[in-house]
Amino acid sequence: MAEKRLTGEQQAAYWHKTRNLMWVILAAWFFFSFVIHFFAPQLNKIHILGFPMGYYMAAQGSLIAFVLMCVWNARSQDKIDREFGVQDE
Amino acid sequence: MAAMQGGFLANLGKVYGIYTGTFVGFTIFIGILEVFGVPNRVLGYLFIFLTIGVYALIGYLARTSEVSEYYVAGRTVPAFYNGMATGADWMSAASFIGMAGSLYFGGYGGLAFVLGWTGGYVLVSILMAPYLRKFGQFTVPDFFSARYGGNVARGLAVVVLITASFVYVVAQIVGVGIITARFLDIGFEIACFVGLIGILVCSMLGGMKAVTWTQVAQYIILIIAYLIPVIVMSAKVTGVPIPQLMYGQALEKIEVLEKTLGVTQPYTAAFVDARGNYSPTAMWNYFALILCLMVGTASLPHILMRYFTTPSVKQARDSVAWSLFFIFLLYFTAPAYAAFAKLEVYQDVIGQPIAQLPAWVASWGKIGLVGACDAANASEVYRLCAGVKGNGDGILQLSEFRLHTDAVVLATPEIAGLPYVISGLVAAGGLAAALSTADGLLLAIANALSHDIYYKMIDPNADTKRRLVISRILLAMVAIVAAYVAGTLGADILFLVSWAFSIAAAGLFAGLVLGIWWKRAGNAAGIAGMVVGFGLCMFFLLATEFYGPWVKASMSWLGDINIVKIRGRDVAYIWGINNISVGIFGIPAAFLAMLVAGYLSKPASREMQEFIDSIRTPSGSVRNVEAAH
Repeated sequence: MAEKRLTGEQQAAYWHKTRNLMWVILAAWFFFSFVIHFFAPQLNKIHILGFPMGYYMAAQGSLIAFVLMCVWNARSQDKIDREFGVQDE
Repeated sequence: MAAMQGGFLANLGKVYGIYTGTFVGFTIFIGILEVFGVPNRVLGYLFIFLTIGVYALIGYLARTSEVSEYYVAGRTVPAFYNGMATGADWMSAASFIGMAGSLYFGGYGGLAFVLGWTGGYVLVSILMAPYLRKFGQFTVPDFFSARYGGNVARGLAVVVLITASFVYVVAQIVGVGIITARFLDIGFEIACFVGLIGILVCSMLGGMKAVTWTQVAQYIILIIAYLIPVIVMSAKVTGVPIPQLMYGQALEKIEVLEKTLGVTQPYTAAFVDARGNYSPTAMWNYFALILCLMVGTASLPHILMRYFTTPSVKQARDSVAWSLFFIFLLYFTAPAYAAFAKLEVYQDVIGQPIAQLPAWVASWGKIGLVGACDAANASEVYRLCAGVKGNGDGILQLSEFRLHTDAVVLATPEIAGLPYVISGLVAAGGLAAALSTADGLLLAIANALSHDIYYKMIDPNADTKRRLVISRILLAMVAIVAAYVAGTLGADILFLVSWAFSIAAAGLFAGLVLGIWWKRAGNAAGIAGMVVGFGLCMFFLLATEFYGPWVKASMSWLGDINIVKIRGRDVAYIWGINNISVGIFGIPAAFLAMLVAGYLSKPASREMQEFIDSIRTPSGSVRNVEAAH
């Protein structure tokens, strides 16, 4: 495969986008790992299908969010890679 | 062989489809044997030996004499299957059998494990996996060596890796021992070594390649075994076979029953102490544990090395998502197990006359997992009742009921009215979970010794054959030592798992993250991060665990330190933080040390920065810094 190297500028732009994506998902991760559970005692007063919501978020809600974040990262990063032509397959 | 290899990889779906079908057929066959009156003990033997036989067969078929196949499965594992293998690698006996029980007892507090053991994969996905895959060597210490200037960094990474993985693998072999001992009815020490054979047949001949394809097979068994009992349970209790959705109803009934039974610490209440009052200490411990487990997830080498095996960077990222999905399937089901078990106990066990207790109480009581301790001589029947004084009124009160953590998953098939064959299936699942994790860990340790220490540091001229022979010998030796330690220390060491996370998190996380995300960090920064993070973590760990009173006497300037009697020792809790979350001190210390050393010392060289750029970009070659050694 012919070696395609980004110019310094392209590399910087590529990394800028990648880094922004990382920070956005990291913020979402922080929210679903810590912030939301901080309010668990209050959320527990709401019941849906029998679940107290504070309990539900820790037992299931945040987990679903984590899976979606990983899918989101894989898709968005792939889009960025293709935009700069640096995808590896 | 090459043609066969291609055939296998092209037909993965078919191969594992047939495998799953055969396994289901085998389970039905055993069910028929049960109907015809074959004794339970024989059924248990059949399950355990047949599944181990299958793993051994896969291990044998995947034998290899190629270095890249031995260390990284030839980098041919598609994202989906690597996800399954990582799931099996990840979920241990503690997850499979212990977690639902911890939730049963811990209520909301126990959910820290559910969150902590899933959320870390987001960090793996965004911070590490794709870049480590692009880097494309064999081990995690390889990365430290390439990034932080050679063998000093490599050696330190090996020390952290071995410390964390070894305490973890000992806990796994204990898990294998417990399951094998219970279902084969043999002594625990012997069971540890029987389990060891099960572990070695998977990994000895084929290294990572064999472990990968065995782990996929093990994941299929463990997830089937985990889901079936609770699906039937849900159908029985609520009429709908979707436990993850329906246990809300169970939670609601539990809340009502708690009031009539006078439970002071409600099951679903967040951050409360034993009297049901809001407790900030409980909250900080909850978050500290989540952080340590998540960051530990993103630092444990046996997990990170799984992402070295995918064919591309893109697939490494996809594979993290698949991994988490497959892990999620088990973890979001565990709370349902706990809730249904709790409801069964509150509804049909507590407050019942002893003579009318459900049958499972007696059958699991016999082997010491349940205790109904009403009568004065209850401990003659129920081992768990030792030291419990019942009032002898013929009714089982809440305070007279005892349950072992493992009983929640193990007894659910019987509570749900399922035949013994399903209990055998659960045992096979638990064994698969324990074996697969032990395999991954042993391989990580043995690879660090054979590849990093022997090949890279002692004898760089060793030929392929010699390297693989050394790898296999070391693998067997580490396994025997781990099994010996497990057999000697016994079953009381499962807290070691949480320590392993803290150790890996404090020692490796900062170096990995900043190595990729902070170009300036030079060799001094990387080394300072590992030394300070790992050193501080180990110091606090050992000091608080074994020298609690000394910590209290000499370090009170730190703030509140109290002594908690646990595991037969006086353990010091600094600021009320349980020492299983000791990484909470080591992780920030490692980052701080790296930042200070990074700004005080020379920035990384231009060549090093080019190397970092090259691993940040999926395509193109990796521009290693050659003169680093």
